[in-house]
Amino acid sequence: MPDTALYAPATTQGASVVSRPDVTVTRAAPLARLAFRGDATAAGKAGAAFGASLPMAPLAANPVGQRAALWLGPDEWLLLAASGTVGEEVPWALARTLCDEIATAVGTHPHALVDVSERNVALIVSGPRAAALLNTQVFLDLDEGAFPVGQVTRTLFTKAEIVLWRTGPDTFVVECWRSFAPYVEGLLANG
Amino acid sequence: MTQQNRTSEGGRIDRGTPVTFTFDGKRYQGFAGDTLASALLANDVHLVGRSFKYHRPRGIVTAGSEEPNALVGVARSRAKHASGEATPNLRATQVEIHDGLAAESQNRWPSLAFDIGAVNDKLSPLFVAGFYYKTFMWPKRFWNRVYEPFIRAAAGLGKAPTKPDTDTYANTYAHCDVLVAGGGPAGLAAALAAARSGARVILADEQAEFGGSLLHERGAEIDGKPAADWVTDAIGELGDNPRVTLLSRTTVFGYFNQNFLALAERVTDHLAEPDPALPRERMWQVRAKEVVLATGAIERPLVFPENDRPGVMMAEAGRIYANRYGVVPGKAIAVATACDSAWRAAFDIAEAGDTIAVIADLRAEPPAALVERAEALGIRVEPSCAVTGVIGKTRVTRVLLGRMSDTGVVPAGEVEADCLLMSGGWTPNVSLHSQARGKLDWQPHMGAFLPGDPVQAQRSAGSCRGVDGLAEVLADGARAGVAAATAAGHTGEAPVFTATGGDAGSGWWLGAVPHDRDASRVRAFVDFQNDVTAKDVKLAVREGMHSIEHIKRYTTTGMATDQGRLSNMNALSIASGALGNEIPQVGLTTFRQPYTPVTFGTLATTSRGDLFDPLRKTPIHDWAAEQGAAFEDVGLWKRAWYFPRGGEDMHDAVARECRTVRESVGLFDATTLGKIEIVGPDAAEFLNRIYTNPWTKLGVGKLRYGLMLNEAGFIMDDGVVGRLADDRFHVTTTTGGAPRVLAHMEDYLQTEWSDLNVWLTSTTEQWAVIAVQGPKAREAIAPLVDDIDLSGDAFPHMSLREGHVMGGVPCRLFRMSFTGEAGYEINVPPSRARAVWEAVWANVEKLGGCAYGTEAMHVLRAEKGYIIVGQETDGTVTPDDVGMSWAIGKKKPDFVGKRSLARPDLVAEGRKQMVGLLTKDGKTLLEEGAQVTVERSPARGTSALGHVTSSYQSPAAGRPIALAMIAGGRDRIGETLHVPMPNGGIAVEVVQPVFVDPEGSRLNA
Repeated sequence: MPDTALYAPATTQGASVVSRPDVTVTRAAPLARLAFRGDATAAGKAGAAFGASLPMAPLAANPVGQRAALWLGPDEWLLLAASGTVGEEVPWALARTLCDEIATAVGTHPHALVDVSERNVALIVSGPRAAALLNTQVFLDLDEGAFPVGQVTRTLFTKAEIVLWRTGPDTFVVECWRSFAPYVEGLLANG
Repeated sequence: MTQQNRTSEGGRIDRGTPVTFTFDGKRYQGFAGDTLASALLANDVHLVGRSFKYHRPRGIVTAGSEEPNALVGVARSRAKHASGEATPNLRATQVEIHDGLAAESQNRWPSLAFDIGAVNDKLSPLFVAGFYYKTFMWPKRFWNRVYEPFIRAAAGLGKAPTKPDTDTYANTYAHCDVLVAGGGPAGLAAALAAARSGARVILADEQAEFGGSLLHERGAEIDGKPAADWVTDAIGELGDNPRVTLLSRTTVFGYFNQNFLALAERVTDHLAEPDPALPRERMWQVRAKEVVLATGAIERPLVFPENDRPGVMMAEAGRIYANRYGVVPGKAIAVATACDSAWRAAFDIAEAGDTIAVIADLRAEPPAALVERAEALGIRVEPSCAVTGVIGKTRVTRVLLGRMSDTGVVPAGEVEADCLLMSGGWTPNVSLHSQARGKLDWQPHMGAFLPGDPVQAQRSAGSCRGVDGLAEVLADGARAGVAAATAAGHTGEAPVFTATGGDAGSGWWLGAVPHDRDASRVRAFVDFQNDVTAKDVKLAVREGMHSIEHIKRYTTTGMATDQGRLSNMNALSIASGALGNEIPQVGLTTFRQPYTPVTFGTLATTSRGDLFDPLRKTPIHDWAAEQGAAFEDVGLWKRAWYFPRGGEDMHDAVARECRTVRESVGLFDATTLGKIEIVGPDAAEFLNRIYTNPWTKLGVGKLRYGLMLNEAGFIMDDGVVGRLADDRFHVTTTTGGAPRVLAHMEDYLQTEWSDLNVWLTSTTEQWAVIAVQGPKAREAIAPLVDDIDLSGDAFPHMSLREGHVMGGVPCRLFRMSFTGEAGYEINVPPSRARAVWEAVWANVEKLGGCAYGTEAMHVLRAEKGYIIVGQETDGTVTPDDVGMSWAIGKKKPDFVGKRSLARPDLVAEGRKQMVGLLTKDGKTLLEEGAQVTVERSPARGTSALGHVTSSYQSPAAGRPIALAMIAGGRDRIGETLHVPMPNGGIAVEVVQPVFVDPEGSRLNA
């Protein structure tokens, strides 16, 4: 199981992509996902409304219960939220509510907030061989000393762009665009 | 099946596990732990192949990856060999045998023993250096028909597999503090030292076992243990360290910039029945903070007449086969040498009870200790003695000796021998240092190039940098290991190893060995694999090649799979003698990756088949597939091309789809269009600058067609843009252009316009897009729309509304058209797209509509004269060229490409302009890309006025239509031009590029 309250394994058919004694790859249940852009002031206001402050340190993630704010760039964050009940429906209403609340909180301070709940899907890669499996396609150093628990980055999975977040010593989350998922899953299943 | 050359004991093979394999169809037995070479030699098989050019019989020369002769085709079984699945050109010295393995010799026909191609050997005076350059020159017309087929047929060794590779290949990215290349004494010492200091270490060795020379260094001890036992303990210690990765059967084949190295691991080829889940080979792409090169030294052949005969081997190879594999490669063995190490091979073999016929040393006074020991073993010793040739064609039978004196060489008799071990000394293996761009230093007293100062974070250790003697090599490795770990941020002390045995030696020889034979009749080989002789090198010099780079290309010396690791120094020495220049002045060719040949599978790794590229499918894809749609590739996407019904061909299906859209309603999957949400207080200003059109006054809820230029003023993309709020736009791009457009926008935003408060977010995959087009489009969607007034007044053409469909599914509804019919594009979340699509489909079917694909879409838009970027445009087309000056905001102070649009050549008369073409006969369909000319049959060399960009059978027009880019086209409307084709010119009339509803009244229906 992932070391975060946020990601839950999907319960749909085919959700288990890889199931081996030393590593599993599982599709994650849908989440509300928001792309937030703006300066530190905007981010500060957004974090207060969101319920998880937006980290200012590069490559940092701030998971708080069923919310998480991931640093993706100097003015860019990915905000994740689970609805509380694990379902297969994308929580549009939650995304809508969060958008409204954050927009209200940030007000006229320049920023951009876009719902990308449907754009991304996530895979949970877990087990003692998780890092080794990811390293078949991800060129980053995933040694815990170089990529500690909690670190998140946008990177390449061979020819697909992903967001890679280490949520535990042996657990990673891979976020990718929806149509790239079969490619990412296929390579993980072969790896 | 006899293994007559196998010793009664000793070696590292597993005598309890016999292994049966075939070579050229004949069954042989070896033992687990044998290489194909050692197992063949155990069966007294030396003849294993025919040479490249002269088809001379050739035998096994070495025991390592530098093997020039024993190249074989190998398959896991004879059946696989027969079915064309063998891997060609593997070195028998590296192939580990397993039960069932099937190997075949190469470059011979009909058989290895009797080879027709051997006639080349008799014709060898014709095939001198530069033969190809001299022969295949003229007449010119012979090139395609005669010379090239001949060269192709003669080129290369081995047969390429005829079937797709059924094996899988893997990839791993890895990082480490210290990568050690080579697992001999220096590499092991370096790895131990680095690992003990806490560094992350990768140790790679190309052989099946770590240990290198320690595996055959009989009598040597380290820290009081036999050398091989010390290796076992060292590997045990490294294996227990979680920070160490041990990679045997792994060749470091490429050393790239920033200490990026590529390794090829052979995972399953040595197994009879591998786990099918395992890959055949694995590529390791390693980023190392520091690298230790411990790649050893390679023994150098002696260049004497007939030195290529089967049975002539490197002395150290003979020692390796005897000590490590328990194989003595002959019954009577002669040794020809210029250095001490070959004497040790002779001693080891003699002590094992086999016969050494003679040791012939080129030196007048070999070390006394060696001579004494030889005499004690009863070995005949001949100092100042050269081997001047061998007798025997497919196997050595006798060895000719010559006495060296001040006046030359005089015959000194013959010796019966079926194997000759030779050694001209040792060449430090500097390939990887050289790949890492390190220079080499010539050491005249050693007759060797040694690694100079490294350019990258690497250091050489042990005999690859000329260190000799086991104790010295271990100390050098330990020092290098600690230095590398320290440079990578760790601290430690170099471990001290005490070693006895493996003493340093002396003596070396470079170049051709003098002889008393008729120089015009004998050949002494420098490069065995490429059949280059000492005479060839001298001839190349005589013909004007003075740089080794030229000599190499003229003679092909050093261009074999070992990149000249065996041959280069001898070739250099011969060239330098012929030129009268010192060796460093002649130069040294550059070692390049790969170190040894790498399979294409390993280079491709997992990027093959359906996983070569991401294969992107829309949420509607499966529905379309179920309906029997044909698909086409657009970028990485699969798009439904057309939907054939009952026996329809493409033409019929597309015609029906087009008619249906114009008559009732069609349903189209437009999900793949790129989408970007542009948000921020300066969003409109950003669009003003990036598009040609004006955006400030576009109202919320309105759509506008946008045209985007590059800096040169040429069209790069287009799409419809909707305003969702004052500070928020929904931008669409072409399917193929989406990544390029986003990158273009980000580029400007980040580098030129950092003053703007606006941000870009790709929403391509946030929305699936269902296009509903045709006079009954509104009827088709109305029952599904929850909360949007669809009436023409409330929701006119080029508007957008946010709302819901099907009881709560969020949607962005666009009223727009790419067909000329009234239509909508329903943007819905992909997770619900199929459900919405099927609901719309149910209504469309009831209304007599259909689903249509990209081909019908292309026809429908061409009927309206709407351009497709990349079809009408080709990167040299301005808005005016395609009649779209209306899309340019004339009052805007600037936009990307504006300044270029005023360039003289972009405003000149006579530019190609988009027009329509109608064939005069009303029937002929023009070919896209066909040239358009004034005359029906223009004279050769006449420039075309332009070309056909789009051509379709138009159901609406009831005839073929075409769009074309024609010089001064708009002024030619009404003229008759021609499209010259092989069967004669086709007369066409130039017309306005709109074939249906020029007033656009249908859009607002």
